[in-house]
Parts: sequence; C-alpha cells; structure tokens
Amino acid sequence: MIRYSFFSFLSGLLFALGLSVSGMTEPGKVIGFLNITRSWDPSLVFVMGGAVITYFILFRLIHKRSAPLFALQFSIPERKDIDLPLLGGAVLFGIGWGLGGFCPGPAVASIFTGKPNVLLFAGSMILGMVIADQLRPLLSGKTKHLLNQGFWKTGNPDKKLEPATATGTSSNSN
Amino acid sequence: MEILEFSWLPALAGGIMIGTASALLMAFNGRVAGISGILGGLLSRWSPDQWWRLTFLLGLVLGGGAAYHWAPEAFIDITENGTMQVLAAGLLVGLGTRIGSGCTSGHGVCGIGRLSIRSLVATLVFVGSGMLTVFFSGGLQ
Repeated sequence: MIRYSFFSFLSGLLFALGLSVSGMTEPGKVIGFLNITRSWDPSLVFVMGGAVITYFILFRLIHKRSAPLFALQFSIPERKDIDLPLLGGAVLFGIGWGLGGFCPGPAVASIFTGKPNVLLFAGSMILGMVIADQLRPLLSGKTKHLLNQGFWKTGNPDKKLEPATATGTSSNSN
Repeated sequence: MEILEFSWLPALAGGIMIGTASALLMAFNGRVAGISGILGGLLSRWSPDQWWRLTFLLGLVLGGGAAYHWAPEAFIDITENGTMQVLAAGLLVGLGTRIGSGCTSGHGVCGIGRLSIRSLVATLVFVGSGMLTVFFSGGLQ
C-alpha cells in the first residue's frame, strides 16, 4: 500500500525532529547519561519520560479503535517470556551503546551529517543486523534447549515445547 | 557522582515529540515505532507491504537532514571515538538489537509505554550494560 506509506513518512519525520530537539543526536550526551558513577547528564531521563508518558496515553486512546486508520490491523508484539536472546541481545546492545553513544534511531537520523563516524557506525550496525538474522535459527535452537531444561522460563503457555523438537534443535546448535 | 548542568525543557519537549511520532505510526499504520525492528525487517526480507518501513526510514533520514541544516549544533560529536571503537559499537548495536528484538525506541518507548514486562526488562538490562561499559571505558575523556 504505497499511498498509505506517506503517513509513516510523517511519523519518521517527526521522530527525527524529536531526536534532534531532545539532544539524543549528540553521542556525548548519551554517554553523559550512562556515565552515572562520575559526572551524570540526566537529560535522557526527561526524553524517555516524556516519550513513554505521551505514548502510554495516546496508545490507550488509539487502541480503543478496532483497527488503525490506514492498515487492516494493529501489529503489536504479544510475547511475555523473558528468554536468553532478549537478555543477551540487550547486554550486547548496551555495550555498543556505551562504546559509541548511538542507538539505531539517532544513527539513522544523523546520516545526512555525512560525518565519517556516523556513516561507519550506521554501516557496521546494518552489518550486525544482517549477521544477527543469519544467526537466528541457531540462537532459537539453543534457547529452546535451555527452556526445556527449565531455565529462563517465566511462563508462556502458548509455546509448549515438544521434547523431540527440542532435542533435535539442541543437537544442531551444539 | 556529580550532576552536570542540563536543560530539561528541550529534553522533555523532544521526548514528547518522539512519543507523539511513535503513537502516530500506531494510529496510522498499526505498527510499533522500533527503529531496529523497522530497519532490520527491511533488511531481512522485502515484500510490497513493507513500504511503510522504507518511507518511515526516509522520513527519519530527511527529518534528521533538515534538523542538521537548521541546527547543526544538535549533531555535535565530542566523543572522539577511534575507528575501531565506532566499528565495534555499530556491530554490537546491530547484533544486540536484532537478537534482543528491540532498541531504545521499540523496547524503551513503545514497549514500556504499552506496559510490557519484556520490554521493561530489556530496557533495564541495556541501560545497565551501557552504564557498566561507560564505567569501564572511562566515559568522556
């Protein structure tokens, strides 16, 4: 639906303006927030606070509708389990965030600056994403194995694991 | 710990703009405004119903370009990170956000804004991991 894509263009535009107004396109400010044990810049608390509270209120209003304005249905993640990829991925992401001071949004929004570090970061981030997609089957096999042993299980009744499948995937991932 | 001088008003105003932009994407296209998910989804497969991803990213790039045109000081980089560090940072962010199904926007804003425990946990973990990284790397020199 090409014509409806115009509206996601508007959302991306406003998103980028918000990032630059909030100071999140300055990697030094992000590292200043993460530098909590020394000299701390609390800006990001206000950025996240403002964004989360706004989204919380608007999401409740939007979700009263049965469908979005220009799509057939809402696509909202329904998973509730805390699994190893979630935790491990977040740890890796945090290390990269702390090293570079960029997360994906500000990196993409900064591309037009043409700065070598921004382009290098964006390029290697895309490479990392492509590698992660190649690793996915392997990782999910490993997690199923762990889940089957009872680790990380916080209750996800929708996904009952077949013992045979779990054994099969675990042997692949080892 | 010492708290630096900072301006809370632009931070809050920018945050409200980010939250509004994310809510618009949900209202219009029914999608979560997670940048890593939108970009990663585009990289992993293409189909005609992916146009909204491409145009969202185009808006993000052009919006950033316009902001840079008007206020280049908003894009100042004082970190002086070396090539290898930037390369490693980008790789880890790309890997981590895809393996962990989200980044600051997808988990931090949209996920927590939906009261998702999964996203709250992920956010606490990546903020904690980022803080530890900056603790050990020494922060800004």
